[in-house]
Amino acid sequence: MNARRETLLWLAQRASAAVLALCVVVHLATMIYAIQGGLSAAEILGRTRGNVGWLAFYTTFVLAIAVHAPIGLRPVLGEWLGWRGASRDAALSALALVLAALGMRAVLGVFT
Amino acid sequence: MRGHTGYWAFIVHRVSGVLLVLFLPGHFIALGSALEGAAEFDAFLEWTRMPAVKFAEWGIVVLLAAHLAGGLRVLALEFLPWRDWQKTLAALAAAVSLAVGLAFALALVR
Repeated sequence: MNARRETLLWLAQRASAAVLALCVVVHLATMIYAIQGGLSAAEILGRTRGNVGWLAFYTTFVLAIAVHAPIGLRPVLGEWLGWRGASRDAALSALALVLAALGMRAVLGVFT
Repeated sequence: MRGHTGYWAFIVHRVSGVLLVLFLPGHFIALGSALEGAAEFDAFLEWTRMPAVKFAEWGIVVLLAAHLAGGLRVLALEFLPWRDWQKTLAALAAAVSLAVGLAFALALVR
């Protein structure tokens, strides 16, 4: 176990958590507001298309998730599945990239 | 520590986190369908009107609220000095999740 790496991961997890706490509060409030009367593409895209504020918000949200989710999954894989070592970290790095790529595709999907 | 309030808070936080990670790729792919045009996106939204999907959607919102509240609890425990408040924090986390769950359920059926 590399102490420096563990400390960095711990720090990245708390920093991303703090960012996500704000993002999730906004996301929950938006959902509770927007779901009323059902959702339509016109309604969602009307809010997000060409809106730089939402673009910045969702980009921040997605990137924080791409950092937070793989680090959070790391001890779960270690403690519940006994999966540790370089293969676990490689898989989690891949997960971070997949979440960032799919997430940014979604962000661009509702912005453009 | 099993059976302790802190243990249950830990389990809820971990399980909700894992379920959210499993949900996210599908969520992103669905939103990405907007790239293929509003009609494609509307076809997906039509699917979300099924009662079972609405119920699952409500469940994932509650999980998100629970993970948020549980995460704030962890941050408070680690960064703030008042550790006697552990059980109060867990109760607060549960209350926040419940409140969000009720608000979303009400909005969903409106």
